[in-house]
Amino acid sequence: MIPPLKGSIRRQLVLQLGAITALLSLAFFLSVQVVAEKAATDTQDNILAASATSIADALYIENGAIKLELPYSALSMLGTISEDRVFYRVLQDDTTLTGYVDLPAPNPPTISRVPSFDTIIYKGEEVRTVAVTRNFSTGKTAKIINIIVGQTRLGLAVTSSAITATATGIGIGFFIVAIALSLWAAQNTLRPINRLALSVTRRGPTDLRPVTTETPAELSPLVTELNSFILRLKSTLTRSEDFIAEAAHHIRTPLATLRTQAEVFYQQMEKPENRKTLRNMIRAVDESSRSAGQLLDYAMVTFKTDQLTTQNIELGHLLEDVCKRLSPAAELKDMQILYSQSRAEVMFKGDSILLQNALRNILENAIKYSPDESDIKVSLETDENNYRLVFIDQGRGFAETDTAKLTKRFSRGPNVSDVIGSGLGLTIVSDVAKAHHGHLTITSNTEGPGACVTLVLPSS
Amino acid sequence: MRFLLVEDNVALSKALCDRFALDGHAVDRALNLGDAEASIKAVNYDLILLDIMLPDGDGRMFLKKHREHLDQTPVIVLTARSEVFERVSVLDLGADDYITKPFDFSELEARCRAVLRRLGGAAHNTKQFADVVFNTTACELSFGGEAQSLRNRELRLLEVFFTSPEQVLSKAHLMDRLFSFSDEVSENAIEVYVGRVRKKLIGSGACIETVRGLGYRMTEQP
Repeated sequence: MIPPLKGSIRRQLVLQLGAITALLSLAFFLSVQVVAEKAATDTQDNILAASATSIADALYIENGAIKLELPYSALSMLGTISEDRVFYRVLQDDTTLTGYVDLPAPNPPTISRVPSFDTIIYKGEEVRTVAVTRNFSTGKTAKIINIIVGQTRLGLAVTSSAITATATGIGIGFFIVAIALSLWAAQNTLRPINRLALSVTRRGPTDLRPVTTETPAELSPLVTELNSFILRLKSTLTRSEDFIAEAAHHIRTPLATLRTQAEVFYQQMEKPENRKTLRNMIRAVDESSRSAGQLLDYAMVTFKTDQLTTQNIELGHLLEDVCKRLSPAAELKDMQILYSQSRAEVMFKGDSILLQNALRNILENAIKYSPDESDIKVSLETDENNYRLVFIDQGRGFAETDTAKLTKRFSRGPNVSDVIGSGLGLTIVSDVAKAHHGHLTITSNTEGPGACVTLVLPSS
Repeated sequence: MRFLLVEDNVALSKALCDRFALDGHAVDRALNLGDAEASIKAVNYDLILLDIMLPDGDGRMFLKKHREHLDQTPVIVLTARSEVFERVSVLDLGADDYITKPFDFSELEARCRAVLRRLGGAAHNTKQFADVVFNTTACELSFGGEAQSLRNRELRLLEVFFTSPEQVLSKAHLMDRLFSFSDEVSENAIEVYVGRVRKKLIGSGACIETVRGLGYRMTEQP
């Protein structure tokens, strides 16, 4: 049998063992049946033969004639095996000496001393008969005496059905025990596989340690392959992470040099037209470094959201830290970040680096698109199901409040073409929110001009 | 103020020094960790600017060692990687702040100022002109026994005037200090800030006068 590729091995194993067991049980049942019936028949035959023989032994010759004193024991011994009816007939040649005249004689009559058995239908019942032959010499002639003893087989049928019942019982019992044993065997055989499967599924997506579960010899090539795959995956992941980091270094460092030199040069420049040109150059550097930076950040964020490393974070602290980090940037425009501290601790399980980056992106946007000397209000609100990190600015607001459009890669609102941006900031924010099963909402500031950006994170 | 700049990129390091010099800060340059170690043993710096990837090691190791020696000199990390690249934040390793390359010089300056202010190392960072004492770290202007706090742009404007007192400073030059390259502002915007600073100086021995067609000059009250 070719095992199918799909489905449970356990079921396959149990089904196959079950089929084999059923066949064996059937064979067992049949052989018990045959043996038992043969034994019953043999017993009846032996007694019939003994009965016939004892009748034959009771024959005697008197005055040249063969006489018979039917021994009582010859018939009573048949009663010991069952209550069946007994028939007999003693023939001298073709003449019935005694008994049932219509009890069929063996045809042709037996001549050997060996009793011959037969099963016939007599008086509408199945009757087992034995025929015994004796030769008598009465002086002048030799006479052949045939003794036929028959017995119905009702008792035998009862015995045989009892045996059949027992055999069936034993067969079924055997089948049940065998099925139970095969279930147990299947379970036992599959235990290492299950253990391996469990140890592989139980590990988180970021767990790249090799599998150390002990496995039988048949599974060890699989485990070896799996471990080498994990190792390769790990090195690939590390390499791509390192690559993005290296790329960041190699792109940003020369840009930093270029920008700083240009800035120094700009300070010393007098002619307005030269200054204008240099100013445009610096803006172009800013634009490309912003794009490069955001692209690399986006690559890293995408990489990290795939294998989130979560820890318990107090959202209030996180938010406050980000506000503090960005306040020097806000101060350059004489802007203030007003963070209203929440009273209670708000613990959240998440990746703090990613969340920080998302919050920084929101806040950077708020600073970038707001006028000088305006305020940005930052607060942390909680409701039944969510934590809401709310940023309200007094800037130009969003001309478009379709979050899906704004968070699309490289898409920017229609009212911000004059400000340097990469179109990736909100994509990063939204990706980080999604990785934490939260979302981003963008609305207009209800208390005046500006935008209200909310990062919603689930509280449970 | 005396800064130590640990940065292996010679061009960037030179440009940063030049830029800091414009504000009157003295900056020592170290191109690797070895030089940096030697420098901090010899000089007491007000602030250390530290790059992460250096030819003879990782700046973070320097930072850790530096903090283990209970050295309280503030450190700002200059890094080409943003925070998403870090497994352990440089702030957790003891940095007081960090800035991602490339940066706007005025932002670096603002961060330096914020760190110095936070750590209270303001004592010797004052400049005086006439009877006015200008404290750049505390963001304060004081005369006649009274102190006034300054907003960031007022501070930056006064910094230019106090670095070059009695000199005519062009509108363009002042603009450069107040606005970033991404801001599209007209030269008249400077008048607003000069106006504010003049208001703060009322009653002091210093004033800012307009030099027609050339710019502004801080001078003593006649």
